[in-house]
Amino acid sequence: MVSQLTMNERRWAMGILIALSLIGLTMLGAGRGDAFGVHGAIVAAAAIAMIFVVISGYFAPEPGEERLTRYYDDPSKAGIVISMVWAMLGLFVGDWVAWLLAYPNLTFDAPWSSLGRIRPVHTTSIIFGFGGNALIATSFHVLQRTTRARLPDQLSPWFVLLGYNLFCVIAVTGYLMGVTQSKEYAEAEWYADIWLVVVWVTYFAIYLRTLARRKEPHIYVANWYYMAFILAVAMLHIVNNLAVPISLGHAKSYSLFSGVQDAMTQWWYGHNAVAFFLTAGFLGMLYYYLPKRAGRPIFSYRLSIISFWGITFIYMWAGSHHLHYTALPQWVQTLGMTFSVMLLVPSWASAGNALMTLNGAWHKVRDDATLRFMMVAAIFYGLSTFEGSFMAIRPVNALSHYTDWTIGHVHAGAMGWVALITFGSIYAVVPWLWKREAMYSARLIELHFWLALSGTLIYVFAMWNSGITQGLMWRTYNESGTLAYSFVDSLVAMYPYYIARAIGGLLFFLGAIVGFYNIWMTIRTAPAEARASEPDAPALSGARVQPGE
Amino acid sequence: MDIEHGHMVALAKSFGLFYLIALSIGVLIYTFWPSNKKRFERAARDIIQDEDTPWR
Repeated sequence: MVSQLTMNERRWAMGILIALSLIGLTMLGAGRGDAFGVHGAIVAAAAIAMIFVVISGYFAPEPGEERLTRYYDDPSKAGIVISMVWAMLGLFVGDWVAWLLAYPNLTFDAPWSSLGRIRPVHTTSIIFGFGGNALIATSFHVLQRTTRARLPDQLSPWFVLLGYNLFCVIAVTGYLMGVTQSKEYAEAEWYADIWLVVVWVTYFAIYLRTLARRKEPHIYVANWYYMAFILAVAMLHIVNNLAVPISLGHAKSYSLFSGVQDAMTQWWYGHNAVAFFLTAGFLGMLYYYLPKRAGRPIFSYRLSIISFWGITFIYMWAGSHHLHYTALPQWVQTLGMTFSVMLLVPSWASAGNALMTLNGAWHKVRDDATLRFMMVAAIFYGLSTFEGSFMAIRPVNALSHYTDWTIGHVHAGAMGWVALITFGSIYAVVPWLWKREAMYSARLIELHFWLALSGTLIYVFAMWNSGITQGLMWRTYNESGTLAYSFVDSLVAMYPYYIARAIGGLLFFLGAIVGFYNIWMTIRTAPAEARASEPDAPALSGARVQPGE
Repeated sequence: MDIEHGHMVALAKSFGLFYLIALSIGVLIYTFWPSNKKRFERAARDIIQDEDTPWR
């Protein structure tokens, strides 16, 4: 890793790491007796460990100019492995939370293992750890291939990848110590948020610098989605996390917003986190890896452009549907509801575009579990966007809100769409990145596919049943006009569904372990000659077509 | 001038409406502009080619 950096980049890396370790030590000193100090220790330890890594390779020979004839894929490779590690952690904790809801004693009487702390560990590990690392890794891969240009330097991709993971670690360890802003999907406190801004701006700069050096004049649609993801997440993150810390040596901060303005800002952020983190970025994956794996161009490139602008401009207004029947002005609720319904058009355009691309290649979908992952992801994308538009309608929301139906909807999206497209893309890209013929075992991909699909279906059906039962019990009145069921009655009714949900989650978790093993074995069992020689020949100047790898 | 709730409603109901419609029309014109057709088809086709080195 360090041997690929130029001498100048190694100096920069040392400078950044020394500055970071000083920041960590300052935090440690200023935050004694507070979680802030613990985080200072983590930052300093991470920076000092990396200083040793850089020193160990500092005097290695510099990479030659021939590196510029190849794409720079090492950050993508590392990102994919890190992403799968977060996936296993996040799914394990998620399934623990699921069992905890059925059997409350599973907190084992420890404060750190209570639901309010380990649930954000689950959501952050999955969304930011698994999803975010997969997005960073695949975006670097797709960006270089579609612009036919190498990343602008060797240092900044590593800064983004490792800096981003430092943010994830700070966030997750903070929750266990009780550090939270109490904003859903934005729980990390002010210092972690500032760090993420630095990382994220660097990420966007990599994108712009590579695009500026592109050899392919047209910017392929997948890059538009990835850029919308990076740009919109930066904007959302900065605005929603505007806060004043109680002191510079303390983890706690107070939001700039209060009351219903706070709620609206949070759900403008929260829904667009779904839109731009969990949708736009993964559509970028879909628009590159699905056509590539199927060996067929996207069904309609024009439709992909229309859906892109539809999704970016309509999603921005949908967030207020999270606040139906609250103090939020009625017209803002109606605005969010209307835009949510309109969203069905660009969403189904993308889902339909993906499925129509496969039309005529169904035999490949049947034989190739990797492509099947992507196909089922597109179906779940279509299903969950329809469900989301439907649930955003105010009277439907009256039944669904605060029930498990919402949880079912989120997981239809997160498991069925986001995770399946990610697994499909990873299975496609791993052999390309590591120059293998294929994955280690096609049968294990098949096993992972069926574990993931059955896990998702069990989960989603359990939550649909549970949610609608809850919603109906909470609104049933008896003859005297009072509620027919107590809250505890509805809890008792949930019990079998909670067990079913935990079993579904367990299957999904097992699938991720199978996937990690398969990826690991693909990397480890290298054909000796492939490991020794770089198979990529330098491109002849102006050459358009090269022999395949 | 104080910005009040009424101002924001008026802005959303006038400017918000028209710029979104204008944007939609602009996107449709760009997408269906005849001379763009070849460029889009080439973009969709080109990513399929197996080629794993940057162009110099």
